[in-house]
Amino acid sequence: MMKRLTFFGLLATLLLPSLVFAKKLNVVTSTTDLAALTQEVGGDRINVESIAKGYQDPHFVEAKPSFLLKLRNADLLVSVGLDLEIGWLPPLITQSGNGRIQRGANGYLDASQFAEILEIPQGTVTRAEGDVHPLGNPHYWLDPDNGRRLAKGIAGKLGELDPGDSSYFQQRVADFDKRLSEAEKRWDAQMLPYHGRKVVTYHRSWPNFAKHFGLDVVGYVEPRPGIPPTPSHTLDLINLMKRENVKVMLIEPYFDLKTPNSVASQTGAKVLVMTPSVGGEKGVDDYFKLFDYDLNLLKQAFDSTK
Amino acid sequence: MRKHLALCVLLVAPAAFAQGTSPNAATNENAALEQKIRDMEDRIVALEGQVRMLKAQPGSAAPVAGGTSTQPAAAAATPSPTSTEAQAAAQAAPQEPVRLGGAGTAAAKALNPDISMIGDFIATTGQNRVVSAPVMEMHESELGVQAIIDPYARGDFFLSFGEEGVNLEEGFITFTALPGGIVAKAGKMRSAFGKVNTLHNHVLPWIDRPVVSGNLVGGEDGIDDAGFSVTRILPAPKGLFLEGTGQLFRGDSSDVFKSSQRSDVSVVGHLRGYGDISESTNLDLGISYARGHNDFGSSFTTSLYGIDATLRYKPLRRAIYKSFVGRGEFIWSQRQQPGAAACLPGACPLGVAPNFQRAFGFYTSADYQFARRWFVGGRIDRSDRARDARITDDGTSIVLTYWPSEFAQVRGQYRFTRYGAPISTLSPTGKEDANELLMQIQFSLGAHGAHPF
Repeated sequence: MMKRLTFFGLLATLLLPSLVFAKKLNVVTSTTDLAALTQEVGGDRINVESIAKGYQDPHFVEAKPSFLLKLRNADLLVSVGLDLEIGWLPPLITQSGNGRIQRGANGYLDASQFAEILEIPQGTVTRAEGDVHPLGNPHYWLDPDNGRRLAKGIAGKLGELDPGDSSYFQQRVADFDKRLSEAEKRWDAQMLPYHGRKVVTYHRSWPNFAKHFGLDVVGYVEPRPGIPPTPSHTLDLINLMKRENVKVMLIEPYFDLKTPNSVASQTGAKVLVMTPSVGGEKGVDDYFKLFDYDLNLLKQAFDSTK
Repeated sequence: MRKHLALCVLLVAPAAFAQGTSPNAATNENAALEQKIRDMEDRIVALEGQVRMLKAQPGSAAPVAGGTSTQPAAAAATPSPTSTEAQAAAQAAPQEPVRLGGAGTAAAKALNPDISMIGDFIATTGQNRVVSAPVMEMHESELGVQAIIDPYARGDFFLSFGEEGVNLEEGFITFTALPGGIVAKAGKMRSAFGKVNTLHNHVLPWIDRPVVSGNLVGGEDGIDDAGFSVTRILPAPKGLFLEGTGQLFRGDSSDVFKSSQRSDVSVVGHLRGYGDISESTNLDLGISYARGHNDFGSSFTTSLYGIDATLRYKPLRRAIYKSFVGRGEFIWSQRQQPGAAACLPGACPLGVAPNFQRAFGFYTSADYQFARRWFVGGRIDRSDRARDARITDDGTSIVLTYWPSEFAQVRGQYRFTRYGAPISTLSPTGKEDANELLMQIQFSLGAHGAHPF
């Protein structure tokens, strides 16, 4: 009897961890922000990995075969959508040999459906406008309200794929919502004195951020989305910044600082390397720290350029 | 919609204060109202998202088509209404969508495949008496038509319009949802032999293809045939990507393989190993094998063996400004040809040596991106000729590329080629030198799907 009990005990000890491990959903996200939000709601019931790093331009990620190793075992693929990943994600999905994450399958989630999308072009769209996104601006995660919506949407999908843990995901999303609301109050109060401040950005990465925190984006270093700065446009931008008294420029970490620094030297503006994604700078390793980091930088810049 | 919500708040908020509630209660009510507005805003955003997704979904056009087909019958069955009733009915009834040449509504157009066109204009100057090219040519116009067919497969077509006609470069279905992690293709496709053979012209890092491609692997068209392909990621130590591809083709590929009867099929196998050395650097290695029958008939076969290696460097923080790619391919060809007895003078075509021909060729190249839109590179070529391995051609190229945008490319290439032709056919030294300057303009229209890495 004792021997039998010992045997079953040993068997349970051996099998239990593997059963618990097997239960975990494998989630792959295209960007670190989606991974951070998925981690918030998935907790310890999921494994989540991002393809792109937070400090690389999400438009231009190389579709490396090593990413296929992540994708072939994924139960869920969460993408930003709106054609942000059009240059690299589709071939990875096709080559993954994983039917669960193909477009239209249950394990493919386009997160843009949950978010408020800005800058949706009206009328005819042509490449004369640069590398324009015909479905709207894909940098929508930079509004905490969208972060909340994305978390809810992702939690819904996780619950659909793992109904047994649905209440756990809902509980986590409620907790995230509460913590985000508290943080949002803090962030909103921090930015309130600077409402209406004019800024220039390199790329059109910040419309949702600017809308939420009341910033006025009056110009861009790029003459058109995805087109590198030209001398004539840079001259126009300098004149515009002098005219509008713009003193802060927001630059993503993956852009060259040569032109922004040159513009800043002629306008007295401050160049701010802000991270648009989780993992973009050391220590920015979750969704809350992303806003903490960027807003602290902004506050310091606004205070020093009154 | 949001303006209406704001108006509601303005109307409701003073009323709440006017009811003589205590400051605490008013604060609570305000907080509740704020929460309610936020919830409603979330619902609006969710609905907007659903509308966007529905518009993009393939099934969204179906109800429209069904509705329009039944409407005339229903209208005929009802008595004619008065003019006022008719107007009201007209306003209430769903409007028949405008039909555009059978394409239907905008929703129906969402079902259209991605269509793209890539133009490739080449100008050539200098002297080349062995391989002549016109001074200017619209070398190729590649039409791409790509779409997801159903939840289990996608389809890709690439039609190449040259100056003399149209060629189906590739047209295949890819089964993406097969069990066991298998990805299968059926149709006409570029075979998985090496690296360059898999690449379309517009993704080459040079204007031309390496000499070894022309001499041993069928040149620009390459091993490109109708057949089946099966690819699977293979088990490998952690951090290593291993992929195996097996392909079966009809057996007709340029001047490499020729099928004289149905059983003259050709096969291609490729094993790819890939590893990230660091997050910026990776190494891609491959071995390839191809075998098929050649143009001397079913009794004569050609076997090809290949090794390819690619080293890439791209620092992630500066990925759009700086990169380096070094690559090389080494190819061996074994070709059965008629013996000396059958190849008496006049019996064998020009340039064909008798008996078994073992030829070898390679290229190595390096490309360095030194600014966001600028690349410089070079290539070294050397290859025997497949039909007469005694003749070896050498070449060197220098390439400068500029991208005005992501959708256009201007490229210049200086090419030196030393053709190792027999004394009798060309120059008295047994060699023939060619110095050429090539200029290329490529431009892309529409949504051209990204090619595999």
